[in-house]
Amino acid sequence: MKHLVAALLLAAGLAAAPVAATSARAETIVLASTTSVDNSGLLKHILPVFTKATGIEVKVLAQGTGQALATAARGDADIVLVHDPEAEAKFIAAGHGILRREIAWNDFLIVGPKADPAHIAGGKDAVAALKAIYAAKAAFVSRGDASGTDALEKRLWKAAGLNPAGQDWYKDIGGGMGAALNAAAGMEAVTLTDRGTWISFRNKRDLVEQVSGDPKLINRYDVIQLDPVRHPNIKRAAAAKFAEWLVGKEGQAAIGAYRLDGETLFHPDAKP
Amino acid sequence: MWHSEFAYDPAADGMDQFGPIVGLSLTVSLSAALVAAVLGLGLAALLALTRFPGRRVLVVAVNALLGLPPVVVGLLLYLLLSHGGPLGGLGLLFTPGAMVAAQAILATPIVAALAHRVLEADWVEYGRALQASGASRWQALWPLLGMGRRALATAVLAGFGRTVSEVGAVLVVGGNIAGHTRTMTTAIALETSKGNLALALALGMVLIGISVAVSATVLVLGGQPERKRI
Repeated sequence: MKHLVAALLLAAGLAAAPVAATSARAETIVLASTTSVDNSGLLKHILPVFTKATGIEVKVLAQGTGQALATAARGDADIVLVHDPEAEAKFIAAGHGILRREIAWNDFLIVGPKADPAHIAGGKDAVAALKAIYAAKAAFVSRGDASGTDALEKRLWKAAGLNPAGQDWYKDIGGGMGAALNAAAGMEAVTLTDRGTWISFRNKRDLVEQVSGDPKLINRYDVIQLDPVRHPNIKRAAAAKFAEWLVGKEGQAAIGAYRLDGETLFHPDAKP
Repeated sequence: MWHSEFAYDPAADGMDQFGPIVGLSLTVSLSAALVAAVLGLGLAALLALTRFPGRRVLVVAVNALLGLPPVVVGLLLYLLLSHGGPLGGLGLLFTPGAMVAAQAILATPIVAALAHRVLEADWVEYGRALQASGASRWQALWPLLGMGRRALATAVLAGFGRTVSEVGAVLVVGGNIAGHTRTMTTAIALETSKGNLALALALGMVLIGISVAVSATVLVLGGQPERKRI
């Protein structure tokens, strides 16, 4: 018992040390971001560059766009980086955000099993592909998590004039992009993914790229600064510095320099 | 496929984070177990050695809370600690402190319920003798703790077992922030979602190792007869 108590006390001491050290360190901001910019490795690549330049540390909460905006709306994040134009417009209209700027783009693509049951491989029309999937009752994995990708998928079904909800081939998994890709790989199903997550995903199994190149599949990433009147607790100055850096020369160069397997994952396109 | 698994860049795949993740997991969970040990043993002593109105209700409540769903505890604590919430001013959300609090809430009923059974049995058996030898209720607590030390240590270890393997609550209140609040369990969930099964599995092995070691210790401690002395 004595040894156990000693061990626990020691552990508590060890626990307290890093916690204290973290809080004593220089300024930190909390970034609520979409999962794709984190899971794809982009943030891990660019954040050290920013921290080195400014001394500001960025803590990343990787959530879906819907959850990231909700977290910021509660005042629990200092800045957001997301990719759902409609949800962003609502967020700003509700008075939470003041300044939205595009920092990069890539595209979405439809991936599916090599067997291609709906015969969509090689197509460039996302809506036509969804119609073919619906007609063939081909297994389809939906994020179902109010993320930016999920919102786009719902818009595409709407554009196709179809409602797949409730069909037994339509699997609403309620998870992140990686979880959806794992599910699609496991069930030999089709899914919609952003290119960043797709390139960096390491468990593709039988999944291959099938539909891309549709203008409807453009994926833009925006940084949004929060309204300091509505959210007085946030670290406004440091968050603004981060946003400026992202759209500035250095940040844009860092984003463009991130490549994986010879591919550029995010194309910087901030307007100066 | 194969070549990407073997042409391995540890930094790109997060292997470089292995040590810090295991370290943070253990410090958070051990701290939570320590808090749960203090609160749980205190509560158990109160329930076993004293009689007050509502005591039976409290005993039932403590036992009912054994199976608290972690993700709900996480959600409630999130609402409390959020900037808009009543404890938002503490600035604990998305810090290891919030994770310790969440896990301590989950583990305290376990320690309290298990320790209560031990202390109550010993109190029924030896309480009268201890009081006859001139000890007050609270002076009698120390010999009781000594007598039941193995079983009580088991209770604390069971609490630790709960904290270290828990994912739902720490994910919600910690936010799974790399280098700050990423534990073994939240890292396993994340790496699995990235298709990075090698790191997920490696962390899983460590977690299983810890869990097996804790269970084995509980078994060994629990299986040996207590040497009862007054």
